[in-house]
Amino acid sequence: MAYKRFALLQGNEACVEGAIAAGMRFYSGYPITPSTEIAENSAVRLPQVGGKFIQMEDEIGGIAAAIGASVAGVKAMTATSGPGFSLKQENIGYAAMAEIPLVVVDVQRSGPSTGLPTSPSQGDVMQTRWGTHGDHPIIVVSPSSVQETYNLTVRAFNLSEKYHTPVILMMDEIVGHLREGVELIPAEELEIVNREWWPERERARHPYRMEPGQLVPKMTPFGGGVGYNITGLSHDGEGFPTNSNEKTAELMNRLFDKINKNLDDIVTYEEQNLDDAEIAVVTFGGAARSVMGAIDKARSMGMKVGMFRPITVWPFPEEQVRALAKKVKHILVVEHNNGQLVLEVERLAGGSCPVSLLGRMDGSVIKPDEIVEKLKEVSK
Amino acid sequence: MSRQELRLTGSGGQGVVLATVILAEAGYLAKKAVAQSQSYGPEARGGMCKAEVVISDDVIHYTKVEHATFLLALTQEALNKYLPDITPDAVVMIDSSLDLPETGLEGHQVYQVPILQTAIEKVGRAQTGNIVAVAAINAVLHLAPDDILEEAVKMHIPKGTEELNMKALAEGKKLIH
Repeated sequence: MAYKRFALLQGNEACVEGAIAAGMRFYSGYPITPSTEIAENSAVRLPQVGGKFIQMEDEIGGIAAAIGASVAGVKAMTATSGPGFSLKQENIGYAAMAEIPLVVVDVQRSGPSTGLPTSPSQGDVMQTRWGTHGDHPIIVVSPSSVQETYNLTVRAFNLSEKYHTPVILMMDEIVGHLREGVELIPAEELEIVNREWWPERERARHPYRMEPGQLVPKMTPFGGGVGYNITGLSHDGEGFPTNSNEKTAELMNRLFDKINKNLDDIVTYEEQNLDDAEIAVVTFGGAARSVMGAIDKARSMGMKVGMFRPITVWPFPEEQVRALAKKVKHILVVEHNNGQLVLEVERLAGGSCPVSLLGRMDGSVIKPDEIVEKLKEVSK
Repeated sequence: MSRQELRLTGSGGQGVVLATVILAEAGYLAKKAVAQSQSYGPEARGGMCKAEVVISDDVIHYTKVEHATFLLALTQEALNKYLPDITPDAVVMIDSSLDLPETGLEGHQVYQVPILQTAIEKVGRAQTGNIVAVAAINAVLHLAPDDILEEAVKMHIPKGTEELNMKALAEGKKLIH
């Protein structure tokens, strides 16, 4: 396919194009609706750019192979939907602990279990945060348009390379299967982050040994002739397992600090019509399109309503939502689940203003009119 | 009208999803804002299928159809289900093989057209029904000039089927007088 800068694409197709622009040269996974087009398009596109595609035996193999490719120095991605995302959790924890850059796409569908395979849902908010066991940092970004899917996929790769951590691109069926116009900004015009490693062989053998002020380990690609150990066990600066409480604390604190001390760089969000807003609608991903439609209608009826949309869902924009709760009279959370993001919003509002939920778990998309009705109800 | 909401309905395998993709592509090539989506069951064939395209001169916020300004029905089941959810001035296109409902069409511009029959008898291939429909829809709604529609069709059909599909477009256009 000849390159076209402007094209009509599905969200899932834009994800693949963004990944390739960011430098993805390896994809491994197991296809599942509504993420299958990501696998299909990766299979077509990767060989065209000198990359590799492999369909594995299942979702666990899919993420494991992607981790292996990343360890070998190749930017790698895997994509799935809820049921497969559940299977990938163990290895997401491994990548977080071993500090391996990786992009995992979860195109959410209705659950639990195999649920409604072709219907939208946003029920994985908490799974993206806490799906793998144990304390761990994670970065989760969520697009609400096809263009944003392209841009955010690039960003997901950049964040994963910069912070040496798995990054979850949390999509949903609404955006994954939506076709819209998109500008495929070429790589030369994008900021692309690539990982670094120590040039000196002796130093390179200890990638987990950190210098003062160093953010992440500098890992020489496996196969490059430098031997070092990688493990999911608690490890010391030599990369070998340790039972030391002190060294474990040091490692765990560093894993969290690399994210928590860089929130200004990581956390992004969109604000719309909030200047004079009395009610703020907090939403994310595909639900934002319903909310934007509702705000158009509510504004035309004279209601002072605005939208706050976390683009980075985790770490959640805490400071911003805390400030928002002090500014508006009411916050309405709109999400296609039984109330997940709302828990975070309630916690941060801390009683500063009432928080209501408009949720959905029947596989249908929330309509703008339904949001307008709810806005009328909460403004009484 | 700045925002048109088209809903194409039928049975899985009739190509209604592809029809909306082509209409969206034509709208996009004609420099309009478009949003195309679909809903279907897990079956590859059969089962009710609904596909939508929103075409607008302005930025599209909500990407789905709220109340269709245009409805195409290729099966009785789809017609009965989606007819109640159209705007008062919506245009309705119904395949001639379907029974017209006793109520629900009052005040609407209704096109009863032999889409499926035309594909079989005039074009010679049942699978081209969706392309016949695309041409008929464009002839009614004037979403894009004919050359742009042809380009959009060519972008989304298998190689080697160009002639057949161009014939389907021509026959579809003839259905609207």
